[in-house]
Amino acid sequence: MKKKILELRDIHHRFPDSGWELNFSSFTLFEGEILVIIGPNGSGKSTLLRLAAGIISPLKGSIRLENKELKTLKRRKIAKLLGYLPQELGSQYDYTVEELVAMGRYSFTNMMGILNNEDMKIIEKTLLLTGLLSLRQRHLSSLSGGERKRAFLASVLAQEPKVLLLDEPTTALDLHFEIHFFHLLRELARKNIGIAIVTHDVNLGSLFADRLIVMKEGKILAEGGVTDILTLKTLHSIYGDEILIEKHPQCKRPIILPRILAER
Amino acid sequence: MRKKIKTLCLYGLIFILVTLLSPWIGAEKLEFGKIFLYLTKNPNSDGAIFWFQRVPRVILALLAGGALSVVGASLQVLLRNPLVEPFTIGISGGASLGAFLAISIPSLWVTWGPLSSTMIFSLAGASLTIVLIYFLAKSSRGLSIHTLLLAGITISIICSGSILLLTYLSSPNEVATFHRWIMGGIDVVGYQELLALCPFLFPGLGLLFYHSNDLNQISLGEEMALGHGVAVKNVQRNVYIGAAFATAAVVSLVGPIAFVGLVVPHAVRELSGFDQRFVLPGSFLLGGASLAACDSLARTVLTPTELPVGIITALLGGPLFIRLLIVRRVSLSSSQGI
Repeated sequence: MKKKILELRDIHHRFPDSGWELNFSSFTLFEGEILVIIGPNGSGKSTLLRLAAGIISPLKGSIRLENKELKTLKRRKIAKLLGYLPQELGSQYDYTVEELVAMGRYSFTNMMGILNNEDMKIIEKTLLLTGLLSLRQRHLSSLSGGERKRAFLASVLAQEPKVLLLDEPTTALDLHFEIHFFHLLRELARKNIGIAIVTHDVNLGSLFADRLIVMKEGKILAEGGVTDILTLKTLHSIYGDEILIEKHPQCKRPIILPRILAER
Repeated sequence: MRKKIKTLCLYGLIFILVTLLSPWIGAEKLEFGKIFLYLTKNPNSDGAIFWFQRVPRVILALLAGGALSVVGASLQVLLRNPLVEPFTIGISGGASLGAFLAISIPSLWVTWGPLSSTMIFSLAGASLTIVLIYFLAKSSRGLSIHTLLLAGITISIICSGSILLLTYLSSPNEVATFHRWIMGGIDVVGYQELLALCPFLFPGLGLLFYHSNDLNQISLGEEMALGHGVAVKNVQRNVYIGAAFATAAVVSLVGPIAFVGLVVPHAVRELSGFDQRFVLPGSFLLGGASLAACDSLARTVLTPTELPVGIITALLGGPLFIRLLIVRRVSLSSSQGI
């Protein structure tokens, strides 16, 4: 039985400006699993992740990280356990890849951010893991969108967290690195890291997820194993009826294809 | 890292050189020997000018230039805007209004220890502005950076309107005195005034230096910084308070001196990278040295008359900033987003 590492209960959140609400009774992430969150735009996927990471606080409900109430933990303590990659990424200044990755060690260093040998080893390991060793001295402005995204991801991985919350981490990545990225997640999950990932790439989600969550209009519509969730009925209710489901020739997991509406 | 430390040492060397040379520059030529004789209880005019006019003046220029540059460097990160300078957050507006009230309403004349009425009122005006802007920008979710910037600009406009009204109602003499104050100057100062500056200036600067590593994280965006473990709201509040009090202290003593707080941080980033742990001390050293050098120029360029140093900083800083804009268009324009 896998251990619960992150748990959200009876959550209610409301944005005062728009009046948009998010409500659900339970969200659980187990150690060593890849949980993929899908749903149409504006369904509340990113808000769920931001709540889980403590970026915003819910109006009601409890969030527990390793059995401790998230709101009672200091940010440095949270960062040692939980890594969060937001959807919007951008640096005001043109740091090098290595400088950016080193910033991921913030919660382990003193107030002046002095790195020790252990920190340097972890930075080196993270650069290797994310394929950034050859780009370490390059400035962010000289990288492609995908390389920059990898650099930000590496700075989160440098925290060596037990929970990874990733909000659309593969947008701007080419297919090669997208596949490489999901393999990397599988490798991290083997090290008992619990990973929740928001993505619009339902197919890669289907191939790599241990569990899926489907969100719509601020609610969790369905939750469970990939083959239980990726059914025509569920997918039509969230994406409309212009899709087909086929099976992957190797693993037989569901693959989503667009339906061609008219003869070409 | 080693290269950054070397560059910082170079800034330190420039700072020391300017500190040692500046007191010798001025309309009055001073004799080296007499100055040191003064210390051995041999009173003479050269020694008096050197120790009681030039030296405190140079110290004030070093502190004011250094502080304005450190505040500018910090606020450019906090407000995520490369064009921000210490006066963008409205504090100089409050200080200027306070100073003009002291100048135009003689019945308000008060002094406290070494502080003149103008200094007291400008400090009070700046402090009131700090509190007002803080409460306008404060919400249940912490300090809103956008509101902070907008409130600062709005308060500046209101203060400018009030100053125009006072200008209309005041005598030509009072208006001339105020105009001289607003040009910025380091000319009337002694050690007592310098000491009076310390309770505001050093805690303010201390807060900014303390958060220099946090500012690096904030430059990655609030969410990324939170994810890395930064208590972002605390840092934003402390940096605002530190910047506000350091600015208030400087403005009340020397008036609003333009461009130092804008140009120096950009020049330091150009020379030694973006790491705030080096940008802040670098800005202090280079900002202090720049203002002291500009003040030396202000003392000598129209001998025997002295120019307000604010004129020199604006005339030299403006073209320098345009050059930086042309050479480093990218780093000044947009963030490295995806």
